[in-house]
Amino acid sequence: MSEDSKHLEITLETQVESVNLAEEMCLRVAEAAGFGEDDCYRIGMSVREGVINAFHYGNEERPEKKIHLALDLTPEKMIIRVLDEGKGFELSSVPNPLAEENLLSTSGRGIFLMRAFMDEFEVVPGRTGGAEIIMSKKLPLSGNSGTNGKSGQGAAPKKKA
Amino acid sequence: MALRATYREAAGVTVVDIGGRITLGEGSALLRKTIRELLEDQRTLILLNLADVDYIDSSGIGELVSAYTGVKNRGGSLKLLHLTKKVHDLLQLTKLFTVFEVYSDETSALRSYR
Repeated sequence: MSEDSKHLEITLETQVESVNLAEEMCLRVAEAAGFGEDDCYRIGMSVREGVINAFHYGNEERPEKKIHLALDLTPEKMIIRVLDEGKGFELSSVPNPLAEENLLSTSGRGIFLMRAFMDEFEVVPGRTGGAEIIMSKKLPLSGNSGTNGKSGQGAAPKKKA
Repeated sequence: MALRATYREAAGVTVVDIGGRITLGEGSALLRKTIRELLEDQRTLILLNLADVDYIDSSGIGELVSAYTGVKNRGGSLKLLHLTKKVHDLLQLTKLFTVFEVYSDETSALRSYR
């Protein structure tokens, strides 16, 4: 990580409220980084889905487990990592929600939405077990001058030590 | 914003006016409870007015699908009215436009149940 990069991480409880908390936190960072309204929506939704995945599938809604959320803001992109304390999973084993037989499924669209809304997306085994979702969005070409007029209001993450 | 849902009768159809976010937790739970109450009351022709729903996540999408199949399994019909752009785009992305009947005006929607 270079000197120009910023890093923020937070440990979340395995509870529904963590989903909104994570979304709000990442939205503030995204707005401060200059992302426009549409990209902020996509980033916020992806963070929601990543944390829902960790809450429900990874940690199986068990309150003794934690969800680890990390954000990195580099000069090129915003990187989001969501790590759970579950058993891990293979991306290739996730059913395609667009397949005819899955259209009426009541779950299984989170991974699809993160893939659709972010520029890069992968799932790797976590360093201490579980699954880690790593996804990123390129910063707007205009640098840090946001298109939604909400940039730079005290929400920038701390510089990494 | 928390989800809110009220319903009214129009031309033999129960129109459910929904506002707020349909997301994991209270939002999805309220939609589930509302549909369950309507089915218990033998109301199986249901039009969900989503004009004031500005946000749905995957949990909310799942709840909409669950409502659709639950009503259909009771011999009824659940349709959608007045999608906001975000909800419209999300249903398109997830191919659920091929599942739901979607209307942009209430009169046409009500007529479609005849």
